[in-house]
Amino acid sequence: MKRYKIFKLKWEIIPIITFLGIWEIIARLNLIPGQFFFPPFSVVLTEFWHLTISGVLGSNFVSSLIRVLIGFFAGSITGLFIGIIMGWNNLVNRSLNPIISLIYPIPALGWLPLLMLWFGIGEILPITIIFICSFFPILYNTVTGIKNVDKNYIFVARILGASDLKILSTVVIPLALPNIFTGLRLESGMAWRVIIAAEMVAIPTGIGALMMKAESLIRIDIIIVCLIVLGVMCLSFEKFFAFLENKLTNRWR
Amino acid sequence: MSSITLKNISKYVCKDVNLEIFDKELLVLLGPNGAGKSTLLNIIAGLIDYEGSVLFDNKPVDMLPANQRRIGYLFQELNLFPHLDVSANIAYGLKMQKRPKNEIKARVEELLQIMKIKHLSSRYPKELSGGEKQRVALARALANSPLILLLDEPMNSLDYRTSKYLRTEFKMLQKRLGITTIYVTHNFYEAEEMAERIAVLDKGRVEQIGSPKEIFFHPTEAVNDFIGAPNILNCDYCNRLGFGLVEVKCGDITLVVYSEREKIKKVAILPEDIYLSDARPPGPDVNRVIGRLSEIEESSSTVCCTVTTGKNSLKVKLPKEIFVGMSLSSGDEVWLILAPRKLKIITGGE
Repeated sequence: MKRYKIFKLKWEIIPIITFLGIWEIIARLNLIPGQFFFPPFSVVLTEFWHLTISGVLGSNFVSSLIRVLIGFFAGSITGLFIGIIMGWNNLVNRSLNPIISLIYPIPALGWLPLLMLWFGIGEILPITIIFICSFFPILYNTVTGIKNVDKNYIFVARILGASDLKILSTVVIPLALPNIFTGLRLESGMAWRVIIAAEMVAIPTGIGALMMKAESLIRIDIIIVCLIVLGVMCLSFEKFFAFLENKLTNRWR
Repeated sequence: MSSITLKNISKYVCKDVNLEIFDKELLVLLGPNGAGKSTLLNIIAGLIDYEGSVLFDNKPVDMLPANQRRIGYLFQELNLFPHLDVSANIAYGLKMQKRPKNEIKARVEELLQIMKIKHLSSRYPKELSGGEKQRVALARALANSPLILLLDEPMNSLDYRTSKYLRTEFKMLQKRLGITTIYVTHNFYEAEEMAERIAVLDKGRVEQIGSPKEIFFHPTEAVNDFIGAPNILNCDYCNRLGFGLVEVKCGDITLVVYSEREKIKKVAILPEDIYLSDARPPGPDVNRVIGRLSEIEESSSTVCCTVTTGKNSLKVKLPKEIFVGMSLSSGDEVWLILAPRKLKIITGGE
C-alpha cells in the first residue's frame, strides 16, 4: 500500500531552516536600519509562546477557525448541491446560469459593506462572506465536472438498468469528483485569505483583528506570528483536501 | 432469444430503414463512416428517439425505455467505469436490478470464468490492456442476460492479431449463448469473418443484405465501390487436386484455390490483394499471370491499373510509391500473383 504524506517533511525542511537562520542573522546584526521594525525570528518565536500561553492567540485562532469551518462547510455543501442539480438538469442550468454568471465575478469582500448594513457586526457577517467565497467556485467546478462526464457512460449505465438517480450517484458524481475536489482544495485555502481580510476591516475578533490591534501597537512580532499561523492554515487546509482527493480518486485516475 | 424488426425507421441520416434480424442470428451491419450504423444501434437500444417502429419478437418496444429493453451494448470506446474495478464493473447491472448479493457474486464469478479474466477481477480499467478491456466490457454487457447484443465497432482500437483472436472467440461464444447479435463494422474482412448475413448500410439506407459471398460476388453498385470493386472471374474448367486444393481455368488464367468442393463457378479477388511485379517473380509457376498493362489511374496515394491477359482483364491497386519505383507505362508486360488465401470462390452448390 502506498502511504500518503500530508507534509513531506524531508529535505523541504532544509530551505526553511536556512531561511529562518538568515532572517535571524540579518536582524541580530542590525543589517537593516531601524531594526525595531524587523525583529529576529527568535523574538517572534518567543512572542508566539507568550501569545499561546496567555490564550490570546488561541481564542482569536478558534474564532477564525470556527468562522472558516462553518462558512466553508455551508458554502461548499450548498454549492455542491446546486451544482449537481445544475449539471444534471439542463433547464435548471439555463435558468440559473445567467444570474450566477452575473454575481460570481463580484469579489467576496465586495459584499462587506452591504452585509455590514444587513447583518451588522457579528458572527453572521464573516460566515456569510466565507459562504459566498466558497459557494460560487465550488458550484462552477461541480457543474463543469458533471457536464464533462462522457455521455456514453450514462448510456451504458442506463442500458444496464440504472435509474436516473442511480446513474447520478454511482456514475456521474464519482466521475466528477476530480473536478469537484479541485474546487474544494483551492477554496479551502481561499477561505482563510478572505476571513483575515474581513476581520481586519470589520470584525473585532479573530486572527485578522489581532493583526490590526498589533499594527496600532506597532507590535511587528505579533503581526509576523499571525502571518505564519495564517500561512500554515492555508497550506493545511489545501493539503487536507489534496490528501482526500488522492485517497478517493488516485486508485482509478 | 429474440428477433428484431425495424419498420420505416428514420433519424438523422437514416431514411426509412427496414431490416429484420432473425432470432439467434449474428448480423453484421457494414458501411462507411457516417452511414448511420451507430444511429441504428442507439435506436434499437432505445437511447435516442426516432420515427418508425422497433419490434422484438414482433412486439413493438417503442415505448420501452432503454433499461427495460434487455439489451447488451458494447460501445466503440467500451466505456468501462474507470472508478470501479473489474468485478464491480461486471456487477454493476446486476446491482442496479437489485439482485441478491450471493447471486451477483456467483454470476460475476461465472462471467469472469467465461471471459477468462479471473486474474483481473480486482484491477481498475486503467490497469488493463486493450484486449482485456474488451473482455471486461463484454462480460459487463452479458451480465444481465440480455436478449439482444449490440456491438459498435468494438475491435477498432485493437491490433490485428488480438482482434482476430477475440473475434473468433466471440463468434463461438455467440453461438453457444444463442444471443441475437448485431455487430457493426466498416471493415469488409471483419464482416466476412463474423457474419451469417451482412447488411450493407450506405447514406442511411440498407443497400444490400445477404451472405458474405452474395455481397462479394454480386454487389450492387454502391456496395461494389465500398468493398473495393473485386475482380470476378468466371470459371470454365475445374480439376480437383486433392488436399483441399482445386485447379480452375478462367479463360487463359489458371489458378489453384483452396476448396473441398470441385465445382467452382466463380473466383474473385480484390484489386489490392493482387501482387504486381515488373520482373518475373521467383518461385513455382502457380497462380502467376502474365499480362499487359492497359489503363493506369493515379490518385493521391494509390495507383489503380488494368492488366489484360487474353480475354480477361484484372484491376490491380497498389501504393503509388511502389508503382513509381517500377517505372512502368501502358503496354508493358507485368507479372501478377494471386495468392490462394486471398481468392474467394463460389461453388456449384451456392
